[in-house]
Amino acid sequence: MPRFLTLIRIDEKNAPAEGPSPELQERMGQLLEEITKAGVMLDTAGLTPTADGSRVHWEDGKLSVTDGPFTESKEVIGGYSISQCKDKAEAIEWTKRFLSLHEDYWTITAEVREIAEG
Amino acid sequence: MTADLCATTADPSGITADPSDTTADPSGTAVTADPSGTNTAIETVFRIESPRIIAGVARIVRDVGIAEELAQDALVAALERWPRDGVPDNPGAWLMATARNRAVDLVRRRENYARKLAEIGRDLSTVSAPEEPADPDDIDDDLLRLVFTACHPVLSTEARTALTLRLLGGLTTAEIARAFLVPEPTIAQRIVRAKRTLATRNIAFEVPYGPEREARLGSVLDVIYLVFNEGYAATAGDDWLRPSLCEDALRLARVLSALMPKEPEVHGLTALLELQASRTAARTGPSGEPVLLKDQNRARWNRMLIARGIAALGRAEAASSGAPGPYLLQAAIAACHAHAYTYEETDWSRIATLYGLLAARSPSPVVELNRAVAVSMAEGPAPALAIVDSLTDDPALRDYHLLPSVRGDLLSRLGRTTEARAEFERAASLTRNERERELLSRRAAEQS
Repeated sequence: MPRFLTLIRIDEKNAPAEGPSPELQERMGQLLEEITKAGVMLDTAGLTPTADGSRVHWEDGKLSVTDGPFTESKEVIGGYSISQCKDKAEAIEWTKRFLSLHEDYWTITAEVREIAEG
Repeated sequence: MTADLCATTADPSGITADPSDTTADPSGTAVTADPSGTNTAIETVFRIESPRIIAGVARIVRDVGIAEELAQDALVAALERWPRDGVPDNPGAWLMATARNRAVDLVRRRENYARKLAEIGRDLSTVSAPEEPADPDDIDDDLLRLVFTACHPVLSTEARTALTLRLLGGLTTAEIARAFLVPEPTIAQRIVRAKRTLATRNIAFEVPYGPEREARLGSVLDVIYLVFNEGYAATAGDDWLRPSLCEDALRLARVLSALMPKEPEVHGLTALLELQASRTAARTGPSGEPVLLKDQNRARWNRMLIARGIAALGRAEAASSGAPGPYLLQAAIAACHAHAYTYEETDWSRIATLYGLLAARSPSPVVELNRAVAVSMAEGPAPALAIVDSLTDDPALRDYHLLPSVRGDLLSRLGRTTEARAEFERAASLTRNERERELLSRRAAEQS
């Protein structure tokens, strides 16, 4: 049963400044409980804005550190989950359910990636 | 479309189509005319929902076999309608409502209508219309009923295992047969007989309360543990590990922990399995040979599973009142290993103490054997050999390869190499696992 890292990518410039609405948070809580009861969810969290983040870069043998916000990226990672599913189709189905909880004014891309084992 | 329907329904024992029959082609090209991949999506939704649907329907029809058939009918209905009308907003609720409505119809059509109606009148009144989602709390209760029914003591251990993996783990008959290295018809027959036994013996579709609850819960936990163990140290075959079985068992344990948050032993089992699973990657060498605990590269232990295991152990301890149960104790032992960054740091005296508590709580020669290993590490091989020697006449261990294996190790450490070689050779002749046999033969050859 492969594990999947799902990266939730949002456009920080156009995302609601106040974050998820209380209704959305409640729906998220219900779905999280459902995914946990299905024995699927291993770990999940939202991330603080990229303004609090930094990028550490390695190129030509030199290190550089850039503090956020990452304005040059259209979409940045806003959250993640690690789940264990029978296959990618199942991981995608749970991801669809998570995205469908959001109001229409959200634009989100969830990237579902299998974790390499071994 | 028709081809897919056949694939799904032609095999009455398969919960969904064989993966090779579906349109989930890795290249993304549909095998049949299913350009949008709708059938794959439908089958995925069904696989996710099927334990809940079977459980919800079983409460109405009071028969897990019939419940499974009605769930299959709902899948067929979805395969017919969704590609035409589009996938509903809440596909799980649609499948559940469809299956439950069919269940109600079936009950109404039964000849013994009046008697049945009296029996299930309460349930009929709570069946929602298709557009109403079922109450999540009700579904959880139904799932628990399904767990306890599939693991009912009236069934043989093998039947409980097969039925649990099938109804709750969502495995096909073929997958279960592959996992246990037995022919598919054997498993199919086992499942059919199990369902028949539950029906003819009139086993109540209920979660047990009162005095029998603890024993019945123990039976459920033992089934999950057995499945995990079969994957963790395969009793037969060429592979040292069959990780898929471990993962299926771990998923079932996690589900049960979420459904029964107040039961310390459920959290104890989950903690034990999370911690055992954390070592999977380190337990096998480059050519598939087993790597013993002391030789494992602990950097390869999965820290996330260790963290989950420690957290589950904390929940078990918080929920526990009175003497700790056997799974909690075994999880505490596994946690001692997880906390040691090197083999040398292992707190063997604590492990020996925990094995002592475990032996007092549920005495067994295998527990004593493990206690001997811990004592040998904490105090030396001599006192451990005294424990092992008291076990050699135990009929339960007569053909258990780990007894001569442990005894050989203790003798070797005491410099009694001739006796040690004989023990390792005996252990090698007793194990049914090829990989383990190679390891034990090598240890026998090393004694000089």
